[in-house]
Amino acid sequence: MRAIVSVFSQDRIGIIADVCTLLAAMKVNVLDLSQTIMDGVFTMVMLVDTATSDLSFDEVRTTLVDKGKELGLDIRIQREDIFNAMHRI
Amino acid sequence: MLNTYDILQTIDMLDNQHLDIRTVTMGINLLDCAHPHIDTCARRVYDKICRQAEKLLPVAQGIEEELGIPIVNKRISVTPIAMVAQASDETDYTPIAKAMDRAAATCGVDFIGGFSALVQKGLTKGDRRLIDSIPQALAETKLVCASVNVGSTKAGINMDAVAAMGKIVKQTAQATAQQGSIGCAKLVVFCNAVEDNPFMAGAFHGPGEPECAINVGVSGPGVVYHALQEAKGKPFDEVAEIIKKTAFRITRMGQLVARLAASRLDVPFGVVDLSLAPTPAVGDSVARILEEMGLSVCGTHGTTAALALLNDAVKKGGLMASGRVGGLSGAFIPVSEDEGMIAAARSGVLTLDKLEAMTCVCSVGLDMIAVPGDTPAETISAIIADEAAIGMVNNKTTAVRLIPAVGCQVGDTVDFGGLLGAAPVMPVHQESAADFIARGGHIPAPLHSLKN
Repeated sequence: MRAIVSVFSQDRIGIIADVCTLLAAMKVNVLDLSQTIMDGVFTMVMLVDTATSDLSFDEVRTTLVDKGKELGLDIRIQREDIFNAMHRI
Repeated sequence: MLNTYDILQTIDMLDNQHLDIRTVTMGINLLDCAHPHIDTCARRVYDKICRQAEKLLPVAQGIEEELGIPIVNKRISVTPIAMVAQASDETDYTPIAKAMDRAAATCGVDFIGGFSALVQKGLTKGDRRLIDSIPQALAETKLVCASVNVGSTKAGINMDAVAAMGKIVKQTAQATAQQGSIGCAKLVVFCNAVEDNPFMAGAFHGPGEPECAINVGVSGPGVVYHALQEAKGKPFDEVAEIIKKTAFRITRMGQLVARLAASRLDVPFGVVDLSLAPTPAVGDSVARILEEMGLSVCGTHGTTAALALLNDAVKKGGLMASGRVGGLSGAFIPVSEDEGMIAAARSGVLTLDKLEAMTCVCSVGLDMIAVPGDTPAETISAIIADEAAIGMVNNKTTAVRLIPAVGCQVGDTVDFGGLLGAAPVMPVHQESAADFIARGGHIPAPLHSLKN
């Protein structure tokens, strides 16, 4: 399943590395990535594919949210469909 | 890949603008539960609801998690119980309401609608029994909602039923007096009721509906309000355009949720209801949208025009976004459930008469309005008659959900909590309409030509 991972945090060294390590450990493939600093807030949007993972979508989601909290990151994952529905005809 | 700005905009709508799906409602046909013994009928009702809606909650929760969007309510609507129960000679239909209540609790849904009767042309014995059972049924259940359709554009207004419903509203208030007359918050009197409405308290699964269907109600006043803040002082053409675009996005999301829910439950998709449904939360108010258009307080002169524009633009934007549109589809103006409406009513600017005018141009009617507890039944009937006349003549759905809160006077507030909110008690006219209501009979259906 294609999904959008979004990450918000105060900027620091190694956020992309941390998130990619988490995803790699779950065998979630990163297809695209965009990162910027908006009003001083680290903002990253990734397109990922969870089909390669052995975990369910819910397990991937829970792990990202929980581990993200431990790392001080606000991470969420949502199916790509919701963004396509709202922004593409 | 998707535009990063679009993704962040959606996340901002979810986090800061109260974007949500208001309800996923499963409509269930109960006609095959009819039985001469009311207890057997009640058991069949319980069993069928539990069987059909067993997976509704987990499926809806799964969709919430995958899409990252809250589905605020999961609900069930059923065939009007007057049709199901009248095979029995029992005169009290409360056991069926209790069975519905138990089934709703077992399935984990927020409300179940359909303790209903359609009496626009006349009353069957089952309709009469159901109406008489409403006060007790609503007092002895928590999750059951009742509705009665007293008029339609094709049939006119059944004034005997209007007279009866004034008394039933009062009795329901009395029967639930200890809880702020909350029973009345679960009782709607309709004209031109729709059969596929997913919103409570007026949802029922009409006789023209399939065995089972998934209907979805969208929301989003906060998103519209936020979008309009970018257009201060701009002409109305631009305001309408912004609302249309916003409604399109919101409805596309509703369509996605409806499609996923229907497919996972193996139930046909019914409709998406294109509604702006407010909540008592700050920033999720329809009244504040009208004020953002330039009105200092909702209810002042200009409010009806602002609401007409909003309602029309929501429909135009939503229509293209969904495969099938239905239900009530329009902006809701429930006073107790809308932070801006509550404030406007408290200030005295928003009155019952202005609300009545507003219902001519929006969905649905005089909704969640508390009136003094000593308001006569005939006055409530007369308010119902006025509202039904607006629906009948304008070929639209109108409804009345009034709470004559026992022991409360103008200036008091009745607090229901949760999505039902808090209703400031509003004044009604003191002059009697008793002789008008005492006439009974039928107001004929209006002419469909010579429209002026």
